[in-house]
Amino acid sequence: MGKTTAEKIFDAHTVDRPFGDITVIRLDAVFCHEITTPIAINDLVKRGKDRVFDPDKIKVVIDHVTPAKDSKTAMQGKILRDWARRNHIKDFFDIGRNGVCHALFPEKGFARPGYTIIMGDSHTCTHGAFGAFAAGVGTTDLEVGILKGVCAFHYPKSIKININGRLKKGVYAKDVILSIIGKMGVNGATNKVIEFTGNVVDDMAMEERMTLCNMAVEAGATCGICYPDMTTVSYLWEFIKGDYLSTEAALEDYQQFRADPDALYDNIIGLDVSSLEPQMTYGFKPDQVKPVSEMAGLPVDQVYIGSCTNGRLEDLRIAARVLKGNRISDSVRAIVSPATPKIYNEALQEGIIGIFMDAGFCVTNPTCGACLGMSNGVLADGEVCASTTNRNFNGRMGKGGMVHLMSPATAAASAITGFITNSALFEKIGG
Amino acid sequence: MKNFSGNVLFLDRSDINTDEIIPAKYLTENSKEALKPYLLEDLVLKGFDPRKDISGKHVVVTRGNFGCGSSREHAPWAFEVNDINMVIGEGFARIFKQNMFNCGMMAVELSPDTIDHIFKTCGGKATTIETDFGSQCMIIRADGFEEKIVFSISGFDKALVEKGGWVEYADLNY
Ligand code: SF4
Repeated sequence: MGKTTAEKIFDAHTVDRPFGDITVIRLDAVFCHEITTPIAINDLVKRGKDRVFDPDKIKVVIDHVTPAKDSKTAMQGKILRDWARRNHIKDFFDIGRNGVCHALFPEKGFARPGYTIIMGDSHTCTHGAFGAFAAGVGTTDLEVGILKGVCAFHYPKSIKININGRLKKGVYAKDVILSIIGKMGVNGATNKVIEFTGNVVDDMAMEERMTLCNMAVEAGATCGICYPDMTTVSYLWEFIKGDYLSTEAALEDYQQFRADPDALYDNIIGLDVSSLEPQMTYGFKPDQVKPVSEMAGLPVDQVYIGSCTNGRLEDLRIAARVLKGNRISDSVRAIVSPATPKIYNEALQEGIIGIFMDAGFCVTNPTCGACLGMSNGVLADGEVCASTTNRNFNGRMGKGGMVHLMSPATAAASAITGFITNSALFEKIGG
Repeated sequence: MKNFSGNVLFLDRSDINTDEIIPAKYLTENSKEALKPYLLEDLVLKGFDPRKDISGKHVVVTRGNFGCGSSREHAPWAFEVNDINMVIGEGFARIFKQNMFNCGMMAVELSPDTIDHIFKTCGGKATTIETDFGSQCMIIRADGFEEKIVFSISGFDKALVEKGGWVEYADLNY
C-alpha cells in the first residue's frame, strides 16, 4: 500500500511508538519566537536543564511585538536573546534583521522537503508548502523539542484536496483557501494533514503555496502540504546547491516525499476553481466566508496588509497594482507591514513602497503587530478592519473590533473606497 | 496527579477559541500565575460573567471544537491557575488537547448525545463532577440528579497525566 507525504516523513523520523498510533518523531528544526518560548526557557532553567538538543537546528526570531512596546515585551525579547546567546544559537534574528517567522524562516532556507518542524505557533503549518511536516505546538511540546529534539504526534491521517481549473483575474491563493475553509468548516480537518494538489497548486509560486498552507490550521489541520517540485527546488537552490550536483538531482531526491498514487486518504476532495470569485469572511470564524460582491459597500475603518498569510513581496505587488495612481479614502487609515527586511527592501527597490506611501498608507517595520492586536494597529471597540491576515476571531485585532479576512487586492481596493470593494474595479493586470 | 473533581462551569457553545480563553494582550506575561484574572475575559456568552462565574469551579463542560485557534499554552495555564484541570466536550482542537495532557491536565471527549444530555439535565444548575481517574469514570450530580459516565482517554494521555506532563515523560524516556 502506498503512503501519503506525511506518512513518508513520519516513517523516516520515527524514534518511538510508545502507545498505539502515537509516534515520537525526531525533529529537523525547532522554530521559536518571543511570545511562546520564554516560559519554556524559564521552566528549563528552573528544572536545571538550560540546554538545547542542537543549537544549529533551533531558529529564533523576535517578531510578534518588535520594537518592544513596553517593559513586559522588552523582557520577553531579553529572555529570548540571552538564552540564544548562552546556548550558542547562531540563527537568532533581532530587530533590524527580524520579520514575521513564517515569512522569514522560509526565506532563509530553513524549511526543506521532508523536514519535521515544530514551533509554538499555530501557523507553523505554512512550512508544509515546501513538502515538510510542520506543526504548531504548545509551549510544553516546544520545551521538549528544544531539550530533546523530539515531539509526539498521532500517526498522520491525510485529506487530499485537488485544486484544478484556472483562476480568474483578481482571484488569488487567499480566495482559494478562504473558499476551502468556508466549505470544510473550522473543524473540517482537525487532527488531519491536508495535501494540496492539482494544476492550480502546481502553477503556484512558493509564496502562494505558503498562503494556502498557512490557513490550513483555520480548518483545524495539523499541517498543509504541497509536493516538492521544480518550483520548490528553484526557491531553495541558493541554500542547497552545495548538496546536489544539479537542480534535477535535488528534484529527484525530493521526489521521495511525494505521496504515492495508491496512498490512503481519509477524504479526497476535488475542486474546480475556474468560476471562483474573490472571497472574504464576514463573522468571527474563519469559515464564515462569502463572495466579496455580497459584502460590497460595507464601511471599514482600517485596512491592514501584512502577516504570515499575505505580507510577502508578491502580495505587496498585487496591492500596489491596485493602489497605483489612487489615494486611500479619507474615511480609512491603512497600514502595510512588509513581512521581512528582504521583502521591504525589494519592495523599496521596485517602487512599491513609494506607491503605498503615495496612496496614503503607513508603512511599518516587519512585525506581526496588528495581526494579533498587540501593537502597530490595534482596533478600537466597534471598528472594522479589512485585513489580509488569517484569523478573524472576536477581539483578535483589538477588543470589540471586527476583522474581515481577504486578499491583498481586495484590501487595497477597499482602502481606496473606504468600504468593501471588489478589486476588479481598480485592478490593471495585463493579459 | 492533579485534581479532576469539583463544581462545574458550563460553557454552552462550540468553537470557543483560545483568544476567547485568554486574549493575546496577556501573552506578554512570563509567568502562569499572572494569567489568573483574565481567564475567558473575552468570551461573550449569554448568562456568563467571567468575573463571577469562574471562582470555585474545577471542571468545564462545553460543546465541540473547544480551544481552536492559536497554539498558546496560556489557555490551559489560565485554567490551571484557576484550579480548573479538566475540560469535557464533544471534541477539541488538536493543539489545545495536546497542551492539556502535556500539562498533566485532562481534555475528555464524550459523544455529542452525552454532552447534550448533560446540558439538558444539569445546565443552569449547581453541578458537581467526581472523577475516578483509575477506572475512567465520573459521577455527575445536580439537584437530585445523579449519573455515572464512563470516559476513555488514550494510553499515552493517561501516562502523561500520571507522570505529571510531557516534560517529565520525555525526560524519563528520551
Ligand atoms: S503574522 Fe499573525 S498569524 Fe502570522 S505568526 Fe504573526 S501573529 Fe501569528
